[in-house]
Amino acid sequence: MFARAAASAVVIVTLAAFDGAAAQPANQPPDTMAARVEACTPCHGNKGEGTSDVYFPRLAGKPAGYLYNQLLAFRSGRRKYPPMNYLLEFLPDPYLEAMAEYFAGEHPPLPQPAPSEVSKEVLAQGELLATSGDAGRNIPACVSCHGPGLTGMQPGIPGLLGLRAAYVSAQLGAWRYGTRTAKSPDCMQLVAGHLTEADVTAVAAWLATRPAPTNPAPVPKGTYALPFGCGSQPN
Amino acid sequence: MGSKPWITLLALAAFTTVAQAQDKTSDIIARGEYLARAGDCTACHTAPEGRLFAGGRAMPTPFGTLYTSNITPDPETGIGKWSADDFYKTMHSGRFPDGGLIYPAMPFASYTKVTRTDSDAIFAYLRSIPPVNQKNRPHDLRFPYDNRQLILGWRTLFFREGEFKPDPTKSAEWNRGAYLVEGLGHCSMCHSPINALGGTSQSDAFKGGLIPMQNWYAPSLTSNREAGLGDWSIKDITDLLQTGVSARGVVYGPMAEVVHNSLQYLSDEDTRAMAVYLKSIAEPSPPPPPSSALPTTESSLLISLGKTVYDKSCASCHGIQGEGKPPHWPPLANNQSIEMESAVNPIRMVLNGGYPPGTKGNPMPYGMPPFAGLLSDNEVAAVVSYIRTAWGNRGTPVSAREANELRSAPLN
Ligand code: HEC
Ligand code: HEC
Ligand code: HEC
Ligand code: HEC
Ligand code: HEC
Repeated sequence: MFARAAASAVVIVTLAAFDGAAAQPANQPPDTMAARVEACTPCHGNKGEGTSDVYFPRLAGKPAGYLYNQLLAFRSGRRKYPPMNYLLEFLPDPYLEAMAEYFAGEHPPLPQPAPSEVSKEVLAQGELLATSGDAGRNIPACVSCHGPGLTGMQPGIPGLLGLRAAYVSAQLGAWRYGTRTAKSPDCMQLVAGHLTEADVTAVAAWLATRPAPTNPAPVPKGTYALPFGCGSQPN
Repeated sequence: MGSKPWITLLALAAFTTVAQAQDKTSDIIARGEYLARAGDCTACHTAPEGRLFAGGRAMPTPFGTLYTSNITPDPETGIGKWSADDFYKTMHSGRFPDGGLIYPAMPFASYTKVTRTDSDAIFAYLRSIPPVNQKNRPHDLRFPYDNRQLILGWRTLFFREGEFKPDPTKSAEWNRGAYLVEGLGHCSMCHSPINALGGTSQSDAFKGGLIPMQNWYAPSLTSNREAGLGDWSIKDITDLLQTGVSARGVVYGPMAEVVHNSLQYLSDEDTRAMAVYLKSIAEPSPPPPPSSALPTTESSLLISLGKTVYDKSCASCHGIQGEGKPPHWPPLANNQSIEMESAVNPIRMVLNGGYPPGTKGNPMPYGMPPFAGLLSDNEVAAVVSYIRTAWGNRGTPVSAREANELRSAPLN
């Protein structure tokens, strides 16, 4: 009982001391999205630019619709990464939308392209897949959906620049093994299903060598037609 | 404040129900929906991305995995052929219509306190939702727990059938709170020590316990050393229950789920009634916990490392003196939920971070980053030891081993 009384006395004194300082509006966290997403920034960077961890993706500047779809998928557990599944579990749709818009609206510079560890032949194979595809094996060119400049299209198709090879191959692998799925029809599942392990390595490596375009913004909705339908990109 | 208002209230309620029975089906359904929220049926009976109340949600237990039932009005796979009597039998007695025994993972040990009128309203509501044709998935329990006859033993030990009996010496408000907390709220299902049989005993109700499989500690709601709310103001309690945040602390983990799916929807009156009841059941504090198992020099080194980590990684939100910026950045000084004897919750909070639930009262909560990838076991133990003992807090230091063990705790 005494310990308890003594403890609360200390707290009362400290709180009283603090009250003086609270004359400034410092008593509440800033009413901003930046303060609300501080739970995300150790992994994704203060402006969503990414961090040194090669598996932690950049978020900045991606189409808001795309980011929102990912947040919904993490919240329901359809896309799996336990630390994020846990953080998002009880957050309502409009809040996830606001988070998506916040990161979509940030424009820190794209990182310098990383020097590649794969051979010229492999890079050439990656470039071929990305820009022309392989009709014989039913692989459409990545640019046919992700855009001629690989900057993506509003609202649902992400750009593929500024991502590291390890992240891109992990995502393509996840689609091939069914651990990442998107809204049906899941066109990326069809694309990834036709890729071999070697294709994945090649295309991921080539993408990571691309320099930043002058305008990294996703092109407006409907700028070009997709080769086939994607559930996450409504017409 | 005696028994009278309570009895009058009951009589009134009975009268109104009879008088308006015919044309008020929609009122009954609305009431049933509200009560189903109070019972948090959706937490278990709706699967992630699944249809409302179609079941199929996996419930891991120490004995294997249970899959919840389809309780939509589908005649083949749901409860479309049930009568209101059948439904009451499930809620009240824990039995299927044919008399078969129901696993106590369905919280009938609490729902038994629900009145027949309320049970009928929930049933009316469940009959009004779209039927979903989805077969129940068989449970996946290990021998011998797959034998439902074992439930008999559990029932003998832990199940006391019977509707809530108002205490005539208490106010109508207190009784309403007790009815909700002990009945539909099934708070004791988590907030009680879990014994080897997975049951909670009446005498231990609300004494706190580690939730099996999830590795979260649900604190005692009676002890002032844990989450007993004896010295909380009614406003702080109602804020916590309704919005998930308060000037005294926040909810997280399984309690965030309860606020998100259930408590945020309760009316101001019902929330207040629960607060009045919860405040009243807090017992006088037990004696202080045994002192730290760590040698004192070791623990003082740990705590000074802890202060370094705290000032660098935590103080920006929780304040140099642990004062926080309540309610959004909770205070850590004089915060019961980090001083409890069990250090599981503060360790997990540091490892996993978290957001309080988004609620009507707090739709865009502030979050805390996970530190699992940023701090070593030793640093986690140090900072948790520091916040448990600084600023007059009465907790004890924790070891790096405890921190390490909780790294593998499941996140959902
Ligand atoms: C512990 C580190 C960590 C934290 C904290 C974290 N993330 Fe992530 N995030 C990741 C990783 C890793 C992935 C990639 C997961 C995968 O492999 O699919 C990811 C993926 C994403 C994606 C999909 C990106 C894309 O291009 O497909 C979004 C959007 C996202 N996170 C948003 C957030 C938001 C918003 C928060 C805060 C509420 C957050 N993250 C917190 C690590 C984290
Ligand atoms: C038919 C259209 C289409 C084609 C062709 C296509 N993609 Fe995609 N891609 C999408 C859509 C749509 C998404 C977003 C899916 C979602 O909502 O999760 C996506 C997402 C991705 C992502 C996830 C990005 C991130 O930040 O996590 C990667 C990586 C990717 N695509 C790589 C490729 C590669 C490599 C190719 C070529 C081999 C390719 N895509 C071809 C439509 C396409
Ligand atoms: C903590 C999880 C949990 C909560 C909360 C819960 N249930 Fe259940 N319920 C279960 C489980 C598990 C079963 C299956 C039990 C069995 O097979 O013995 C079940 C079975 C049932 C059944 C039997 C249906 C059948 O045909 O198998 C009904 C009816 C039911 N619940 C109604 C409800 C209602 C109404 C609520 C809310 C007032 C509710 N439940 C809340 C877990 C839960
Ligand atoms: C960006 C701001 C921020 C930082 C930095 C931060 N926290 Fe938190 N903390 C929060 C928020 C917001 C919550 C409420 C989270 C929830 O409800 O899930 C919280 C909750 C807690 C709780 C539970 C409090 C309660 O009421 O039960 C503890 C313990 C805690 N933090 C400790 C720490 C420690 C230790 C650190 C440093 C290693 C830290 N926090 C860093 C914002 C922060
Ligand atoms: C699914 C399990 C579960 C159920 C059901 C549950 N709780 Fe909790 N509760 C927890 C856990 C775990 C904690 C510790 C985490 C926290 O403090 O938020 C907790 C914490 C609390 C706290 C302390 C919060 C603080 O900041 O000190 C209160 C008060 C509380 N619960 C009340 C209730 C009431 C009232 C009900 C019934 C309406 C209830 N709980 C039902 C698991 C549960």
